[in-house]
Amino acid sequence: MAGIVGYGAYVPKYRIKSETIAEVWGEDPDRIQKGLGIMEKAVPASDEDSATLSVEAARIAMKRAQVSPSEIGAVYVGSESHPYAVKPTATMVAQALGTIPNLTAADLEFACKAGTAGMQMCMGMVDSSMVKYGLAIGADTAQGRPGDALEYSAAAGAAAYLIGQDSESLAVIEDTFSYTTDTPDFWRRSKSDYPSHGGRFTGEPAYFKHVQGAFNGLMEKMDEKIENYDHFIFHQPNAKFPKAVAKKLGVSKEKIEPGMLVPTIGNTYSGNAPLALANVLDHAKPGERIFVTSFGSGAGSDAFSIQVTDKIEERRRDGYPLSHFIENKEYVTYAIYAKLRKKYKGM
Amino acid sequence: MKESISLTWRRIPERYKMLGSHCTTCDAHYFPPRMVCPACRRKGKIEQFEFSGNGKIYSFTEIHAAPSGFENQVPYVMAIVELDEGTRCTGQIVDACCKDLKIGDPVEGTFRKILSDDPEGPIHYGFKFRLKK
Repeated sequence: MAGIVGYGAYVPKYRIKSETIAEVWGEDPDRIQKGLGIMEKAVPASDEDSATLSVEAARIAMKRAQVSPSEIGAVYVGSESHPYAVKPTATMVAQALGTIPNLTAADLEFACKAGTAGMQMCMGMVDSSMVKYGLAIGADTAQGRPGDALEYSAAAGAAAYLIGQDSESLAVIEDTFSYTTDTPDFWRRSKSDYPSHGGRFTGEPAYFKHVQGAFNGLMEKMDEKIENYDHFIFHQPNAKFPKAVAKKLGVSKEKIEPGMLVPTIGNTYSGNAPLALANVLDHAKPGERIFVTSFGSGAGSDAFSIQVTDKIEERRRDGYPLSHFIENKEYVTYAIYAKLRKKYKGM
Repeated sequence: MKESISLTWRRIPERYKMLGSHCTTCDAHYFPPRMVCPACRRKGKIEQFEFSGNGKIYSFTEIHAAPSGFENQVPYVMAIVELDEGTRCTGQIVDACCKDLKIGDPVEGTFRKILSDDPEGPIHYGFKFRLKK
C-alpha cells in the first residue's frame, strides 16, 4: 500500500481583496463576499508561474521526506496553467529538485483535479514497484476573465506529495476511487487567454454529481462510514459548494473547517484539494483519518481515504507549514494585480 | 535582452540548484563554480558543491532603470548575498523593496523566473533570494 512520505505547500505573497475587484466592476462587495465566501485571493508575483510554485512546494516535501532525489522515479505536475504549451513543467521541476536523469516525468491536465490524478498515478507506480518514490504536484496560476465571477476566485498556489511505501509514510493512503464523465461545465480552448464556464451548470450536473459520485463510491468500496473520519476535504471552487455538499452528505461543518482555504487564498485550481490536505496534515494527529474529494471540471472527482501515522510529527518539523505563506501577505491594488497577471494589452 | 539557448542550458545546474564548487585542499567555496582553485592552483582539488541558498545581505540596491526584459518588475532589489558557506553572489531579492531590507538581514534561496520577455522564446529560470522570516 502507498502513502505520503513527504508533503509541502506554497502560496505566493500577494493578495487582492474581493472588495477591490468588486469596486472596479461596479459589483456589491458584500454580495460577492457572501455569495462566493471569498474574502481575498493569492496572486503570483511577475516572476512566478506554475513551475516555480511547484518547485517551492516540492522542496518542502523533499526536506520533510529526507529522501535522496535520485530515488524519485516519477515526477508529475498537474496544472491548467503550465508555462509552456509544449515543454513539460515536470522537466524544470525535476531538474530543480535534482531528480534527473533517471526518472519518468510528465505534465497532467484535468482542470482542478490534475494534482490528485498525479497522486493516483504515483500510488499505482509505487504499488507495482515501478518506482520507489513518485512526486505528484498540483500547481496553478489560474486566470479569470476581467469582470467574470471567476476573477474573484482564480488564485495561485501549489502542493506537492512524495508518494512511497506505507511503512515509511507520514500518512497512509488506504484507498482511492474516481468518478468521471464528459460534462462541459468549464473549459478553455487552445489559444484562449481565459476559461469559459456554464454558470449555474457548474453546480448540480458537474460539481455536486461528481463529488458525490466519488465520495459515495469510495465509501461503498471500503464499506466505511462518515463517523469513522476526523476530517473531510471537498474541492473548494468557492466557500458555498463544499459546505453545501457536506450538508447533503451529512458531514458536519466542524469536520470540513480545517481544510477550508478558499476564503483566504481563493481557488488554487490544481492546487486546491492538495493544499487543503496540506493544511489538515499540518495540524493532524497520529491515527486521525482524512477523507479527500477533489473535483476537476470536464468533469471528474478523485476520492482518497487517508490515515495519519505516528511519523507525522517528526516529518513536519522541517519546512514551513502552509500557514507561514498564508499569513505572510501583502495586498495589491487592482492596477498592480492587472500588471502582475499581464492583463494589460501589449504586455 | 536575449540569452542564447546553449548558454542558458549550460548554466541550468548553477541557476536551478546553486551548484558551485569547493576546494578540498583549502576548504574555499566558489560560486559560480571554478574549475581551478585560484589559491591552491595545481595543488587544489575541486569538487562540486551544492549551496544551501541561505545567507545574509552584504549590500543591496533598488533598480529603477532596468535592462530590457526586466522593465515590468521595476522597482526591484538586487543584492550581494554572503552565503552561509562563505562566498558572495549577486541575486535578486523577491517580494521586497528597499525599505523592507537592511544589511545583514538573513535570506534564503527561492526559485523564480529570471527572464521570459520573448513570447516565442524559452523561459529562463533560476535562483533568487527572499527574506527569511
